[in-house]
Amino acid sequence: MSENPSGNGALVQVEGVGKVFHRGSEDIHVLADLNLQVPTGEFLALMGPSGSGKTTLLNLIGGLDRPTNGAVTVAGERLDQLSDRALAGWRARHIGFVFQLYNLMPVLTAERNVELPLLLTHLSRADRQKHVETALAVVGLSHRAKHYPRTLSGGEQQRVGIARGIVTDPTLLLCDEPTGDLDRKSGDEILDLLQALNRDHGKTIIMVTHDPHASARAARTLHLDKGQLSNGTVK
Amino acid sequence: MKFLHLIRSNLRRKKLRTSLTLLSIVVAFILFGLLSAIQQALVGGVALAGADRLIVREKVSIINLLPISYEARMERIPGVDFATHQTWFGGIYQDPKNFFMQNPVEPEKFLKMHPEIILPPEQEKAWLATRTGAIVGRRTAERFHWKIGDKVPIRSTIWTQQDGNQTWTFDIVGIYDGKDKGTDTTPLFFRYDYFDEARQWGKGQVGWYTIRIKTPSQAAEVARQVDAEFENSPAETKTEPEGAFIQAWASQIGNIVFIVAAILSAVFFTILLVTGNTMAQAVRERTGELGVLKAIGFTNGQIVALVLAESCLLTVIGGAVGLGLARVITPVLAQNLAGLLPMFFLPTRALFIGLGLSLALGLVTGIFPALQAMRLRVADALRRM
Repeated sequence: MSENPSGNGALVQVEGVGKVFHRGSEDIHVLADLNLQVPTGEFLALMGPSGSGKTTLLNLIGGLDRPTNGAVTVAGERLDQLSDRALAGWRARHIGFVFQLYNLMPVLTAERNVELPLLLTHLSRADRQKHVETALAVVGLSHRAKHYPRTLSGGEQQRVGIARGIVTDPTLLLCDEPTGDLDRKSGDEILDLLQALNRDHGKTIIMVTHDPHASARAARTLHLDKGQLSNGTVK
Repeated sequence: MKFLHLIRSNLRRKKLRTSLTLLSIVVAFILFGLLSAIQQALVGGVALAGADRLIVREKVSIINLLPISYEARMERIPGVDFATHQTWFGGIYQDPKNFFMQNPVEPEKFLKMHPEIILPPEQEKAWLATRTGAIVGRRTAERFHWKIGDKVPIRSTIWTQQDGNQTWTFDIVGIYDGKDKGTDTTPLFFRYDYFDEARQWGKGQVGWYTIRIKTPSQAAEVARQVDAEFENSPAETKTEPEGAFIQAWASQIGNIVFIVAAILSAVFFTILLVTGNTMAQAVRERTGELGVLKAIGFTNGQIVALVLAESCLLTVIGGAVGLGLARVITPVLAQNLAGLLPMFFLPTRALFIGLGLSLALGLVTGIFPALQAMRLRVADALRRM
């Protein structure tokens, strides 16, 4: 089933994608013949129960994994046809990740964590610093730049994670349960931030969540169940 | 350089573990430095030995003396330039632990035979003019604060004077330096004519000869001819190149090179295991973080380089500190070992070898964890965060 409210010129195109995991002698079919299109500038939520394949689909779109069959095209690039080295370079240029458990380096300060993706560019130290300051300002954490993750709250750590995700101005922001480990208040702050990035900065965001409260912030919600997408709500 | 901060931060992750690993590497390289100095002291002279010098000693044992008449006979052998002699004096200056070598020699021939000994001409002249005169190496002179003009009493454990006195008094007329860093400047040399006239027994006999040959490539043939000249005589000889003589002397203690190599191999194997374990643990603990780096866009090659850089930074810092401390410790030890191991110092060559070893240690201990990190599947690694 194809999910494409806007038709042509999609930033993300998933066509006939299937993913099978091999666990010993068992084959686990996580995704089957899945089709999806995400236009530029959309805020899309993917919902579904645990084990439905949400994170797997996100990983395929982000180039962290390869489909067993089908094609994944993002920003005009066929990801399934890139080598591992090329895929890494592509991710560095086009994708920003936001993880459920923040995944910050505990040995680096907030600003050094945000700087990590910029180490893969040819920017000078001064330019990298400017980008970091801008990203931290966007998420409202300029005053916590020199702090280590252990001295930040959960919400602050996730905002650092978002800053790291946007510091290279990526084509696409992929969020895997960004509020899953936060209380309601902190979670709302994160969702406010994501909405602002989409609305004010035109960021294309795909967010995986199992929380209807979170998915309500997205412009469109799709449901994933047993490896298949079904219609959700469109705003 | 932009990744240096990340590498350094990872080393500071588990401070206690990193410190203990670093300390073990430091200790290993201090040991490397000290053993290199010991090896230098015992066999370093082999490298400095003259290729054109042969040592002639009594065949059975060097403690048996040779007649002075052998000198002229040796100088008639084809291929021999000239010969001179020395004798073991075995003296004590004030305290047995102040040991340094003292030998009677023929001054002019001795200095001609050993151009590595640098003595100012006026001091040589004074030596030739003073029967009781002696020249001493700068290390010993500085050790006992001797200066030219001092009278130095040395008690011999072997040689008694005609009047029954075992204490011999010498006038310091010269202080010599070595041409190379490895030249031994601890011995004292005095005049053979004074020694031979004054001693009670062993007149006309010497300890060993040194021969200068005209063509180094003929060393084996000349040595054979020298030994053949004195075959079947009361004092048969054994002639060998100076390097081999020094090597044989050191071999009395044991195969120094083998012993040093064996000790260092055991030490470095242990360090390999310790550091390898540290790096393997460090990578295992960071599986999730490595997954994040890969997700961000770090390539497999960059991940390998980061892990290797981390292990190499640890081992090179440890190696540099250890070698630096060895460099500081050896002169202090050298002062206390001046008599026993006069050429005890850490050669510059050993420092470079040590640094190279520290880098190699980092590469060997880091390569398996690095490859393990490289093979991580991003999606699987992220699940382990």
